[in-house]
Amino acid sequence: MPWTRRHLLTIEQLSREEIEQIHATAAAFKRILGRSVKKVPALRGKTIVNLFLEPSTRTRMAFDMAAKRLSADVIAVEGSSSSTTKGETLRDTAQNIQALQADMIVIRHAAAGSPLYLSRILDIPVINAGDGAHEHPTQGLLDTFTMLEHLGSLQGRKVVILGDILFSRVARSNIHALTKLGANVTLVGPATLVPHWFTGMGVNVSYDLRSALADAEVVMLLRIQHERQTSSHFPSLGEYTSMFGLNKTRAGWLHPKAIIMHPGPINRGVEIDSELADGDRSVILEQVTNGIAVRMAVLYLCSGGQPETVAAGSGQ
Amino acid sequence: MPSLWITNARVIDPASKRDAVGDVFIRDGKFAASLSAADKKRAKKIDGKGLVACPGLVDIHVHFREPGQTHKETIATGSRAAAAGGFTTVVCMPNTSPPADNAGTIQFIQDAVERDAVVKVLPTGCITVGMKGQALAPIGSLKRAGVVAITDDGDCVQSNELMRRAIEYAKMFDLPVMDHCQDASMTQGAVMNEGVMSTRLGLRGWPNAAEDLIVARNVVLSEYTGGHIHCQHISSKFSIDIIRRAKSRGARITAEATPHHIALTDDALATYDTHFKMNPPLRTEDDRLAIIEGLRDGTLDCIGTDHAPHTDYEKDKEFDYAPNGILGLETALPVCLDVLVRRSKFKLPHLIDLMTRRAANILKLPAGTLAPGAAADLCLFDPAEKWKYDAKAGFSKSSNSPWTGQTMTGRVKVTIVDGRVVFQNGKIL
Repeated sequence: MPWTRRHLLTIEQLSREEIEQIHATAAAFKRILGRSVKKVPALRGKTIVNLFLEPSTRTRMAFDMAAKRLSADVIAVEGSSSSTTKGETLRDTAQNIQALQADMIVIRHAAAGSPLYLSRILDIPVINAGDGAHEHPTQGLLDTFTMLEHLGSLQGRKVVILGDILFSRVARSNIHALTKLGANVTLVGPATLVPHWFTGMGVNVSYDLRSALADAEVVMLLRIQHERQTSSHFPSLGEYTSMFGLNKTRAGWLHPKAIIMHPGPINRGVEIDSELADGDRSVILEQVTNGIAVRMAVLYLCSGGQPETVAAGSGQ
Repeated sequence: MPSLWITNARVIDPASKRDAVGDVFIRDGKFAASLSAADKKRAKKIDGKGLVACPGLVDIHVHFREPGQTHKETIATGSRAAAAGGFTTVVCMPNTSPPADNAGTIQFIQDAVERDAVVKVLPTGCITVGMKGQALAPIGSLKRAGVVAITDDGDCVQSNELMRRAIEYAKMFDLPVMDHCQDASMTQGAVMNEGVMSTRLGLRGWPNAAEDLIVARNVVLSEYTGGHIHCQHISSKFSIDIIRRAKSRGARITAEATPHHIALTDDALATYDTHFKMNPPLRTEDDRLAIIEGLRDGTLDCIGTDHAPHTDYEKDKEFDYAPNGILGLETALPVCLDVLVRRSKFKLPHLIDLMTRRAANILKLPAGTLAPGAAADLCLFDPAEKWKYDAKAGFSKSSNSPWTGQTMTGRVKVTIVDGRVVFQNGKIL
């Protein structure tokens, strides 16, 4: 099946086959990244604009790295330096970027739905690098890619997402990716941050950490996002840690071979014990590395590349 | 002014329970039981065959944006949109710029109405100074300047104490208090109904509980003070239950529903289209059906459009940043015909009642009747004509409607105000 999408806006709209195509393409790029010469000419002559209207370190660097590994030229536009602070609308900003003949836009924005909005305005591909509390599709793709490397398959496997789900785009993208790939997903955290509405997305919601973690093969921790909470959703970080922080004892409730994930940035001592974050069950830094290959795959496919041509067409 | 003779229309007048094919006579700006032979000879005849003749529609909830936001709408354009939609009396909200919280601003509006309006446009005044919810506006002066109600529409008065005093004070002037029921502390940053859809879309939710709490507050204060509170644009099933119980005790509570809340649900937000962003937000199918039942059994008293114009460039934004509200006047009748009459099996006179007499009664307006001697405000519409709605081709200055491009059934043909034809066959006269 050929890849036909020009935009990557959500995981919700992807089929299981499309997710698997991205994963397969990412695996091919990951092999290339293992070579001494890591760069391929696939997007030579193309210009990608990273329009980051909300702060980001990891995602912006990974997209930057991925584009450069594909030989694309990259322009970074950040919220503080852009015209949006001068009152320009997103439509005008984006149309100017297109008029400057960029070939693709990667957008990070605080408002949910803004990548979809851009995709309806622009003729060039739009890649969602995180929109509000909606989706962060490349994160969901790299997380499931990492899980598959360790578990082989996700069919019927228990995956727990723990923490601030309400405000998390990472959680939503993972929920869509994991359910499409057949995993059994449980969300756990304070009731104020894990509303029951999520059961409408085909996952379990639990407020009992022990039973939620029991036999889970993956636990994904999410950061408590103080900056998005307009009112008190829990009493204190200390109480959060005492009720829901992952420590050695609680990690013992997991499946013996379980992996521990975190999309970053980590608050050591809050949602996870420092020791566990650095321990041998932690795959947190593997996630970061895989983020480059997955984003290479996404940029490549949405520029018109096909999964099967990676090794042949874009190698040395 | 020539006499008017509308012939062979299906005449529906809820006040007199008339529903029969016949004629309507108008002389000297008022309805007449008949015309003399001489008058008949001189009268201008309007062929009503196949059409419905009913009292001019009454909308007690519109935003005409004048003064201060005339890039969105003016009293001239808004009143033309009203006429095109069959409305002959509209009540405009005071959230203008500056807000209509003093007699001078009300006089400014009255002057503009006198000069520019083609239908009857009645002002409301603010409950509190600047709609800030902190101090009572000069309600007595507002009444003297001609307001028909007071409201902080859009900015619900949060202080129960201040609301209580407003109701008591307004009761002295027999002024109803209209309330946009929203607990602000529960809706910080909220842009859509809280539920499965908001969770999926990652948008901040506006829980129906925030409406229910204020509706309940209003019931309590109305019964405590004996004042009349009108709850605007009810969107929640639970609120309807509260109102139903209050009415059964005889509370002086009235309530309205919008065409969009009976036609649409939050499922429409799947593509983040800002033409479905309004406050209160579209809710669930359960709520939608409850609103229809509320209209059926009289718990909800009338249809109010909440006609809220915004320019294209204001609406063309990220969902979080776009303003709330949609147009309503030019689509209200066909939308209600479809949802209530065709799909929910309301009798046509029942719908007409909800859009005329009952709306007028809430504010004791002398409108919504074909009785001889009453002001000759009339709407003549074809209940079966199919037409394609294009908001850009409409009379409002703005075009923010979710119904653009859709085929409507039912079209207003003639609108008459005080015996004068102001709209006929697609044109303002």
